[in-house]
Amino acid sequence: MDDRGCSVRLEPLANASPGRVLGVTLAALGLAFVLVGAVFVAYGQNPLEVYRIMLTGTLLDAKGWQEILRRSIPLLLIGVGLTLAFRTQFYNIGAEGQLLLGAVLAAGVALFVPLPAPLSLPAMALAGALGGALWCGLAAWLRLRFSVNEILSTLMLNYVAQSLVIFLINGPWRGKDVRGYIYSDRFAEYQQIPVWAGSSVHWPTLLLGVLLALVLQFVLFRTTLGFRMRIVGENPGAARYLGIAQGRVLLLLALITGGMAGLAGVGEIAGIHHRLIEPSQLSSGYGFTAIIVAWLARGHPALVLLTAPLMGLVLAGGDLLKVSLNMPFRIVDIFSGVILFCLIGSELFLRYRVRWGR
Amino acid sequence: MPALLELKNITKRFPGVVANDGVSLEVYPGEVLALLGENGAGKSTLISILYGLYRPDEGEIWMEGRPVRIASPMDALRLGIGLVPQHPTLVGRHTVAENLALGIGSPLWPAQRIVPLVERIAQGYGLQIDPRAPVFQLSPGEKQRVEIVRALLRGAKVLILDEPTSVLTPQEAEALFRVMRELRAAGKSLIFISHKLEEVLSIADRCTVLRRGRVVGSLQREEASKPRLAELMVGRSVSFERKRQSASLGEVVLEVDGLRARSHRNLPALQGVSFRLHRGEILGLAGVAGNGQSELVEVLAGLRSIEAGSVRLLGQPLPPQPARLFDMGVAHIPEDRIQMGTVPSMNVAENLALRTFDRPPWARGGLLNPRAFEEEARRQVQAYAIATPSLRTPSRLLSGGNIQKVILARELAGQPQLILAVHPTYGLDIGATEQVHRVLLEKTQQGAAVLLISEDLEELLSLSDRIGVLYRGALQGPFAVEEVSREAIGLWMTGGAA
Repeated sequence: MDDRGCSVRLEPLANASPGRVLGVTLAALGLAFVLVGAVFVAYGQNPLEVYRIMLTGTLLDAKGWQEILRRSIPLLLIGVGLTLAFRTQFYNIGAEGQLLLGAVLAAGVALFVPLPAPLSLPAMALAGALGGALWCGLAAWLRLRFSVNEILSTLMLNYVAQSLVIFLINGPWRGKDVRGYIYSDRFAEYQQIPVWAGSSVHWPTLLLGVLLALVLQFVLFRTTLGFRMRIVGENPGAARYLGIAQGRVLLLLALITGGMAGLAGVGEIAGIHHRLIEPSQLSSGYGFTAIIVAWLARGHPALVLLTAPLMGLVLAGGDLLKVSLNMPFRIVDIFSGVILFCLIGSELFLRYRVRWGR
Repeated sequence: MPALLELKNITKRFPGVVANDGVSLEVYPGEVLALLGENGAGKSTLISILYGLYRPDEGEIWMEGRPVRIASPMDALRLGIGLVPQHPTLVGRHTVAENLALGIGSPLWPAQRIVPLVERIAQGYGLQIDPRAPVFQLSPGEKQRVEIVRALLRGAKVLILDEPTSVLTPQEAEALFRVMRELRAAGKSLIFISHKLEEVLSIADRCTVLRRGRVVGSLQREEASKPRLAELMVGRSVSFERKRQSASLGEVVLEVDGLRARSHRNLPALQGVSFRLHRGEILGLAGVAGNGQSELVEVLAGLRSIEAGSVRLLGQPLPPQPARLFDMGVAHIPEDRIQMGTVPSMNVAENLALRTFDRPPWARGGLLNPRAFEEEARRQVQAYAIATPSLRTPSRLLSGGNIQKVILARELAGQPQLILAVHPTYGLDIGATEQVHRVLLEKTQQGAAVLLISEDLEELLSLSDRIGVLYRGALQGPFAVEEVSREAIGLWMTGGAA
């Protein structure tokens, strides 16, 4: 065991400067693009050509921009909530299920609760937020009451939510005029969120997401509630010492993050699909992709305004690859996975300085 | 006699600081060299260089008359340099023999086959250990002996002992010194790092003092004395007088009667503790860690429920809520200043406001006022001479002493009635320790009562009016400080009768 050759040593880094954080993050993203490029090569495509198609088809194209925005809306809403949750060390990876529950409750209101037209959409939004919040609140309650790890409970609740949606659209909520398909009846015109003409960008939801990102940024850094959240998240021992009711903060936080995911579900069904449909078509994994969005934002809800469109771009670009290069859409999952992998790996370079010895 | 180990002009720079600045020292066979210095003087860096964890920017290390390169702990061990770390690095669930066989045992039945070897070494140096005992059952002193045996098993000629007595009772420390004398007699070289001057004077042959990365003095045992060493360490003379005259006792602030409480593992931790604490008084509590001190403080700080008995603060039953207790004048300087006393990722101004952030002027109507945070913090930083690059520096970047000052400034900001001070100077250098002591004494003059929990007997004896000893959840005393001896306290700490 001779280590006299080339050696690498890690020296702890006291404080990573914002510049270093940015540099390391960009480097991690760059590496991810190189690695995914290797997958393209294995698929018989020139990676440069693939990236060119992805970029020109999205950034240099009006339709492409609309696609990016449409994809960014749920990522923004969920990502902001998750940023807050991760910051407080509540590892919610059940946003997918919370989105579905939001969609279920909103659809329930749309289909079965007779309301005056102007009240219908607000009621759907409220019901959706409530659905997501309760689904996440359940996991938080389990953690507080029985110390159930929320990573497992939120993950498992995803599958319950999926099965619930499938059960509903196969059974009690199945539409009257759908023939062989399984989905609910179509929502009435006034139950649909308005979109920009000719696109499926449901702008009220987008606006709501932007507003919530800014509001939560303010709450976190400028209010006593946010101060409490930060203490609980950054040092639970100190929270106990100071007598801060950690359970209450955690529960509130779970309700916020779940509620945001629920709102994303409302946006998807009331803005795009206009009926309750199969879980895989309803969401295409926004709840998981948003984990990357939140991770990239590093605890700052307002930064999600940048990171959500970035992942929106990846998703929209993946759609293009399916159409123009006939690649399987799951290439997007590989993208997301490799990006998250590189980001988590890059944490090392934020905590340590690497020195190469002789 | 030629030196066994020589450091020649070792310099090590870190960004913004020269940790070691042309340090030279020699270690001879069969001697104990004490390495003294305040926190940040460069002792840890020097040890890390010797043990291959850092490489020096300049300078050479010579071992047995030849220059050597120490690029890793493996190199250090191969050269015969062993480290006994301050906190043991053993696998708790494994036996002593299994731990010792790690990395050096034979491929088959390593633990069984190493036992005779371990026993021979242990007997040779008077180290009492049972190779078959699981490590988690061992006392801190026993774990340390295992670490010493480990270094010897690997053929160490130079043993570095990094603050070895910080976790030991006086009796255990005495046992360690006996082992060190045996090792010295057998021709081993020992480098002994300590803050405690009495210990250094009782065991070392030579003392080398570091200050700000430089060697500021090297004294033979005969030339060394407490004031002399302290002056070298601090750079000015230090008083060793008893720091206070016992005050006449004021009204009762805290009444504890027949207090029982359970530990977080639900075992009985306090078994009927009773005492009174008066205005202007410092009551010292001695004891080996884990004998109920933490639980007592947690009860008094509102963090642990009372099983039986009563606690009254200024005649009122104690509310079990930390925030309300703080408002009633209970200041809590916690044992763990990183995990409890501060939020390391938050900045200095925020840490100074942890208790009061939700009231004016820090906040109004739920909205924080960053300017008030800064203004209040600037005052505190000045009043307590907290050395920080800025008010926006995360507290984890401060030194231990400055983190402690942040806690003191925050906890003592009002007029506290009762101060719970747990190991308030643990790991602090002499300068910071003096400041903490001065602040505590000032507060007692202003009428506060202090419950001082410490493992440092010197500190307890020099500050307290009365001293009690906790052993297995029962309190001996408290006794007036003039009426107890160090020996009696040491005996009570280990459960012996005085």
